[in-house]
Amino acid sequence: MSKVLVIAEHLGGKLNSSTARAVSAAAAVKGEAIDVLVLADSVDAIAAEAAKIDGVSRVLTVAGPENAHPLAAVLAPQIAKVATGYSHVFVPSTTFGKDVAPRVAALLGVAQVSDVMSVEGAHTFKRPIYAGNAIITVEANPAHAVVATIRSASWPAAATGASNAPVEALAPDIALPAHTRFVELKQGASDRPDLQSASKVVSGGRGVGSKENFDIIFKFADKIGAAVGASRAAVDAGYVPSDLQVGQTGKIIAPELYIAIGISGAIQHLTGIKDAGTIVAINKDSEAPIFEVADFGLVGDLFKLIPDIENAID
Amino acid sequence: MNVPRPGRGGSRVKESQMKILVGYKRVVDYNVRIQVKPDGSGVVTDGVKLSANPFDDIALEEALRLREKGVAEEVVVVSIGPADLTAHLRNGLAMGANRAIHVVTSDAVQPLTAARVFLKLVEKEQPGLVILGKQAIDDDANQTGQMLAALWDRPQATFASKVEIAAGKATVTREIDAGLEVIEAELPAVITTDLRLNEPRFIKLPDIMKAKSKPIDTIEFGSLGVEAHDHLKTTHYAAPAKRSKGVMVKDAAELVAALKQKGLL
Repeated sequence: MSKVLVIAEHLGGKLNSSTARAVSAAAAVKGEAIDVLVLADSVDAIAAEAAKIDGVSRVLTVAGPENAHPLAAVLAPQIAKVATGYSHVFVPSTTFGKDVAPRVAALLGVAQVSDVMSVEGAHTFKRPIYAGNAIITVEANPAHAVVATIRSASWPAAATGASNAPVEALAPDIALPAHTRFVELKQGASDRPDLQSASKVVSGGRGVGSKENFDIIFKFADKIGAAVGASRAAVDAGYVPSDLQVGQTGKIIAPELYIAIGISGAIQHLTGIKDAGTIVAINKDSEAPIFEVADFGLVGDLFKLIPDIENAID
Repeated sequence: MNVPRPGRGGSRVKESQMKILVGYKRVVDYNVRIQVKPDGSGVVTDGVKLSANPFDDIALEEALRLREKGVAEEVVVVSIGPADLTAHLRNGLAMGANRAIHVVTSDAVQPLTAARVFLKLVEKEQPGLVILGKQAIDDDANQTGQMLAALWDRPQATFASKVEIAAGKATVTREIDAGLEVIEAELPAVITTDLRLNEPRFIKLPDIMKAKSKPIDTIEFGSLGVEAHDHLKTTHYAAPAKRSKGVMVKDAAELVAALKQKGLL
């Protein structure tokens, strides 16, 4: 029978919703157990959150100052040690998981399945290649553990609240490397919803024109309670920081409502939004490819249309 | 030329004599619209334009800049693939690499196998840095750099948007979901590149001529003693589910009414 180890992602003492999404994928394996592993300097609050996720059998913790920041070189040997006895190791396909999971797979001497969209069987998965322009079915060798990253946008977060899984502290006895050190995290302070888990997202592209002009996007997003995203062109032009980028190499998101403003819709951007519930495109170019995927399209000048929309909402 | 491999807390890499290995994969050009074969056996690659993986161009550019700053002495591009990769490697040489290594195999190479090949080359070449693209835009796996760092037991700095080398260590700014993270990695180390690390230079005609005399070492995959693992089998290719084209609305009021009706506003 399968046993799945899910690696918890967290920041600032809080569990990231990508973890509950990875638990949903783990449940689709239909194994006998799903354990969540929390590695942190202070594990209690994070473990308590993870214990409430439906379907979780146990929460395992490894506490220590060396786990204060998610350095792959430090975390991977601990995860590989705990992974003994598990048939599957699932990690969210966020920058956290993309960084650490292949290092775990290599230590275990196994292949990794990246960006799992669906679980067809305990060892059969679907995943995107070529920026999502093809979906492949991959079979992993059942003789080996499966290390996989889970594409968050393809999985709902497992429900929380009804469960209370036991929490067990582990102390894997292994030497950890000191060759990699955390220096700092530069984070834009924001009260807006998190881009990756928000139910509404408003994104701006090159058509917004400047960093100053991007204010209109932020204000509109605040008005409707949305997170803010951007196309690569807008990030490259310096309008907004890189952590707002949506697309093949940025964030892959699946909000209920996605409003693309001044974004032409390069294939790499569309890859990041194709699982959105409803897509709205606002662009002055009626031929822009974004209209090919939009549920609602509106052609015109965004600087006139956004105030019009704001007025129509009131 | 040989750089001693420091143990943990051991001797430092001398940057001025440092060698940089760069992964330089050939992929279907990023402008090509990928078509899945009707029988689901693969994607159409016959007659399709091939070019360097864009992230690998960025990796090579970064290596060249480090050499130009005097931080490194030699830049070596590495490709794993079929015999016809020579022209692709010549592009890397024309861009400015000192020499190329071609590991020849006609088989598809999965990331773990690629990482094992790189480990063999690392043991032979003793580089101070290995720079790879964070992902190849064909399989989008995003694994090889991390796997190499694990097998080599050295630091990894993935998704780099800024790299500084000094005093035997790399200080790397990484683009992560939460913002920009800065880490320090003792050399030797593996770096994988993100889009905003640099803008690769264009190849000039005289450089293409010069590249013709630069050496390409050819190594048969079979001679490396690397186990080609086959843990993953791709059994089917499918086109993605298409989003159907929606409706055009005439003004803001109509849009807001439609979104309110769906309960989205």
